[in-house]
Amino acid sequence: MRQDTSMQPEIGQTETVAGPPPYSPGTDGGISLSAVRHSYGELRTIASLDLEVEPHDVVGLVGPSGCGKSTLLELICGLREPSGGAVAVGGRRDAAERLARCAFMPQRDLLLPWYSAIDNAAIALRNQGMRRRAARAATADLFERFGLAGFEAARPAELSGGMRQRVAFLRTLVAGKPVLALDEPFAALDAITRGEMQEWLAAALRTDPRTVVVVTHDVEEALYLCDRVAVLSARPARIVGGFSAPLRRAEDRDEAVTDPGFVAAREEALRALREGSR
Amino acid sequence: MRRVLLPAAALATLIGLWQLAASTGAVAELLSLEPYLVPSPAEIARSLWENRSLLAENGWVTLQEIVFGILCAVAVGIGFAVAMHRWRAVRDASYPLIVASQTIPIVVIAPILVVWFGYGLPPKIFIIALVCFFPITIATLDGLRSVDPEAVKMMRTLDSSRWQRFWRVEAPTAFPQLFTGLKIAVVIAPIGAVFAEWAGSNAGLGHLIQADQAYFDVPRQFATVVVLSALALVLMGLTTLAERRVVRWR
Repeated sequence: MRQDTSMQPEIGQTETVAGPPPYSPGTDGGISLSAVRHSYGELRTIASLDLEVEPHDVVGLVGPSGCGKSTLLELICGLREPSGGAVAVGGRRDAAERLARCAFMPQRDLLLPWYSAIDNAAIALRNQGMRRRAARAATADLFERFGLAGFEAARPAELSGGMRQRVAFLRTLVAGKPVLALDEPFAALDAITRGEMQEWLAAALRTDPRTVVVVTHDVEEALYLCDRVAVLSARPARIVGGFSAPLRRAEDRDEAVTDPGFVAAREEALRALREGSR
Repeated sequence: MRRVLLPAAALATLIGLWQLAASTGAVAELLSLEPYLVPSPAEIARSLWENRSLLAENGWVTLQEIVFGILCAVAVGIGFAVAMHRWRAVRDASYPLIVASQTIPIVVIAPILVVWFGYGLPPKIFIIALVCFFPITIATLDGLRSVDPEAVKMMRTLDSSRWQRFWRVEAPTAFPQLFTGLKIAVVIAPIGAVFAEWAGSNAGLGHLIQADQAYFDVPRQFATVVVLSALALVLMGLTTLAERRVVRWR
């Protein structure tokens, strides 16, 4: 699914606020994992895992470190094949089709230091064959919308940690894929910036809904951002519980995370995490 | 300023000490030599000036050998590095051979190349390329292998072709290392040129040093070495300039 026609807004159109964003992906972003197993040689990383994600659902994967969360993202994205079971994205099981439907945001922002901020964000458009000027124009209004205006020409080294992370997320968004796979997107940030970035990401997903799978070790982050949080056990990973909290992706994060329902969900999820780690 | 002043001061001190040691005849006496075999810096400077056109002519010959040799080394070195990075089989097959190529004694192979290719430019280019491609290949290969695998995964999900991943991620990652290899290459190239000329040549700085050996013109031999060092310094400077232009993000 490559949305070549919708990917290229006319430059005059970027002023318009109403209507869906020009890079909006289709809705074939459902993910289905059935009896998925994976091992690196002798090391079994994923036991047997079933997971269904509806289009535009935001699903969190929480688990002890080294439990195969990142491997799971790679399996979904088509960067890796499972040792057993089936992975499908938008109903398609072959790796190339999965790869075409998913955009992966790695743990560290991994902005390319030889490109400016906007060229980093627009790299998927350049890969898809768009000329540099057109790619910049198509990305410019997103910079505006996501609080990065004025930093288009900045080198990644000149940006703060939060801004780098925002550019990295935009790069994932601009690709126009129905599925976003985020691997601990805010783990490298300090607590305050992380909270701000979670609010920011929640706002971004409200205006531009996608199917999102986010791996994190932060239960609170997962419950705030995600419609559903799956808690994984220690290696070999299996799902030991599913949780969700009220007020997810609420505008006021502080209010959301202190809500009694949220706190209860967090306690339950933490208990499952502790039990699953053993 | 420190970066210019400090080496200049160190050099001036060394030259001063040498001048003192040579002009008083202390070194010649110590080594039981005739004083004319131990020229002072002043005598070398005089020789440098008096032989300026001769040195320029021969320097030009050697410079051409070095430049063509390095160009060949860059082409072959980068080509090998990219192929070795791209295909595991190429790396496994050629790594030992590339290392082995560096154990070939130049003094042995140079005369053979003269027999094969004559007294002209080709054997010199071959020898300079032989000694220079090694640091370029190894450094570039290391640079290519230092690419973050996560960055490659990210690019794969962003609709990149293998070619785009090479030009947009792998090649820029390797640039700084490539320049490190190139800097080593430009410094060893003049040594390769001298060996190549000694094996058989009609002109060049190495040829001049060899000819002066027969006449015991020690000041001019030293003057020739000064020119050779200056060539290496200029090439090093040009490489550093090119690096700054290409690797702007550092």
